[in-house]
Amino acid sequence: MTFRLSSDTMRLAIPALSLTLLLAAVFWLQPRAMSYVGLNLLFNLAVPIALATIAQMLVMAVNDLDLSMGTFVSFVACVTATFLRDAPVIGILILAGAIASYAAIGVVIHLRSLPSIVVTLGMSFVWGGLAVLLLPAPGGQSPDWVRWLMTVKPPLAPMAIVASVIIAVVAHLVVMRSSLGVLIRGVGGNQRSVERAGWSIVAARAAAYGLAGFFAVLAGVALVGLTTSADANIALRYTLLSIAGVILGGGEFIGGRVSPIGAVIGALTLTLAGSFLSFLRISPDWQIGAQGAILIIVLALRLMLNRLEKREKRR
Amino acid sequence: MTIRKMLLASAAVACAAMPVSAVAETSAKKIALSNNYAGNSWRQAMLTSWEKVTGEAVKAGIVAAADPFTTAENQATEQAAQIQNMILQGYDAIVLNAASPTALNGAVKEACDAGITVVSFDGIVTEPCAWRIAVDFKEMGRSQVEYLSKKIPDGGNLLEIRGLAGVFVDDEISAGIHEGVKQFPQFKVAGSVHGDWAQDVAQKAVAGILPSLPDLVGVVTQGGDGYGAAQAIAATDRKMPIIVMGNREDELKWWKEQKDAKSYETMSVSIAPGVSTLAFWVAQQILDGKEVKKDLVVPFLRIDQDNLETNLANTQAGGVANVEYTQDDAIKVIEAAK
Repeated sequence: MTFRLSSDTMRLAIPALSLTLLLAAVFWLQPRAMSYVGLNLLFNLAVPIALATIAQMLVMAVNDLDLSMGTFVSFVACVTATFLRDAPVIGILILAGAIASYAAIGVVIHLRSLPSIVVTLGMSFVWGGLAVLLLPAPGGQSPDWVRWLMTVKPPLAPMAIVASVIIAVVAHLVVMRSSLGVLIRGVGGNQRSVERAGWSIVAARAAAYGLAGFFAVLAGVALVGLTTSADANIALRYTLLSIAGVILGGGEFIGGRVSPIGAVIGALTLTLAGSFLSFLRISPDWQIGAQGAILIIVLALRLMLNRLEKREKRR
Repeated sequence: MTIRKMLLASAAVACAAMPVSAVAETSAKKIALSNNYAGNSWRQAMLTSWEKVTGEAVKAGIVAAADPFTTAENQATEQAAQIQNMILQGYDAIVLNAASPTALNGAVKEACDAGITVVSFDGIVTEPCAWRIAVDFKEMGRSQVEYLSKKIPDGGNLLEIRGLAGVFVDDEISAGIHEGVKQFPQFKVAGSVHGDWAQDVAQKAVAGILPSLPDLVGVVTQGGDGYGAAQAIAATDRKMPIIVMGNREDELKWWKEQKDAKSYETMSVSIAPGVSTLAFWVAQQILDGKEVKKDLVVPFLRIDQDNLETNLANTQAGGVANVEYTQDDAIKVIEAAK
């Protein structure tokens, strides 16, 4: 028992350590960042990424991959900047419908045993098309309450940090502590035995996808709160960023091994890596490569951890 | 709130304490260029112009620094983060070519609140606290039809090549073209395709639509697509219509060949990548305390039959015809807007 705990802690320790190291480096390069305002500027755009990462993590928990995350968040952003402001009831209905269709996608993927990559890739065109239909030209405006929520100045810690902690705690409670979370991870770990134990796999998949849709909706709303208006292509990066965030945070592509706290830390690390490189004044031609290098270094640490784990198991 | 005020106050003290030389009031100011994309010849020329003009300005002590930054993926969220980083880095002004006219507004507002001057150009932002140096893209579209009406008074069918769908520049130029067609009703847009401002895409798109089109007298374009259209039309037995060019080197070269061989006539219009340097000087003028209107208009660069050779000679292979602006040009543009 103690051994399992220690390996899980280790799994979380690596992302936390890389984030701390990166943060220390940023503070050293740019002491101005070491303030309430500075921290908020560094991390506020990480909040929607963290939410999208949690959404992606839920899909990855059932051994699937969601390639429509970026376009879906863009679509939600467009709904938020148009309907949610002008006609809140219709806006909420559209978003609820979007979450329901996410759950439905989960059901279809399971019932027809389709590869999730293909289905979600197809859906990405649907969401992208809907987003362009809603906002053919960039525009719209964030609802005032969303803007207020994303620019609120809580005492002690800036909004970005408070929000990240809340997201991590809520996701942790849902995924690691609730029976639904255990079921979802069980489907990823060993679908057959969960099925034989009498659980409905369809319901579990639908729940995982529905929850993912819910967190992705939150990501889109949070993003519009930060940018004040939307654009049909606003969040295309989120597909890959969310996957990278999950992996950086100690999750795995298969086996239902995910870590919500790690995923949030992964999202923060990814955001910080960009700032770190621009503070370093690396030429843009090299920045993509450098960003990749940071990813590889963190993943290499992960690999070493996995080896350690195996060695421990053998003992 | 108090911490923010303290930060602002300490920044103000730091600025006041900085040594101010006699050259100009902006000699201690730092300007950053936030650019969203560097993947085509136009943007490369824009960055080269920036390096050249601002490099001299820094050497002359007009400003302390003028650092260019480009985002890796041409995404609004990434550029918003970049702008927020610039706020932390303590720049006094940010010159901005934006990935989206609206999606950066939050970050731009943060910059304005921190007392930073934001000047957007080419890809402008709608946030009211920023300055905008816009090209009259509508006029750019309209003037093409006007030119054609002078060359072909009888009118006829036109093929429209559009840019990247969903980008506002594309909508603006296209709106201008359709305005022009309304003004000169002897013309009719017989077909329209998206060429994405790239020769290969335009060539494929034009080749695809050509068989379904009647005889064409002109092709109206958005730049970066004229050469591709010419290749597609040359592959058929159609008579070469007047293709309006977009100042790209390959387009100008083709035009020159045609001009020499069959005295082919057309014109070429686009915005000069050197507009980044105009934005730089405008930012410098604002930092210098000049009163500048929030919306400025920059003229586009037009090449005609008689100045084709000189422009072609000045354009590097694979590049775009360019003008670099001086401080005086900026002052003129500012004065003209008053």
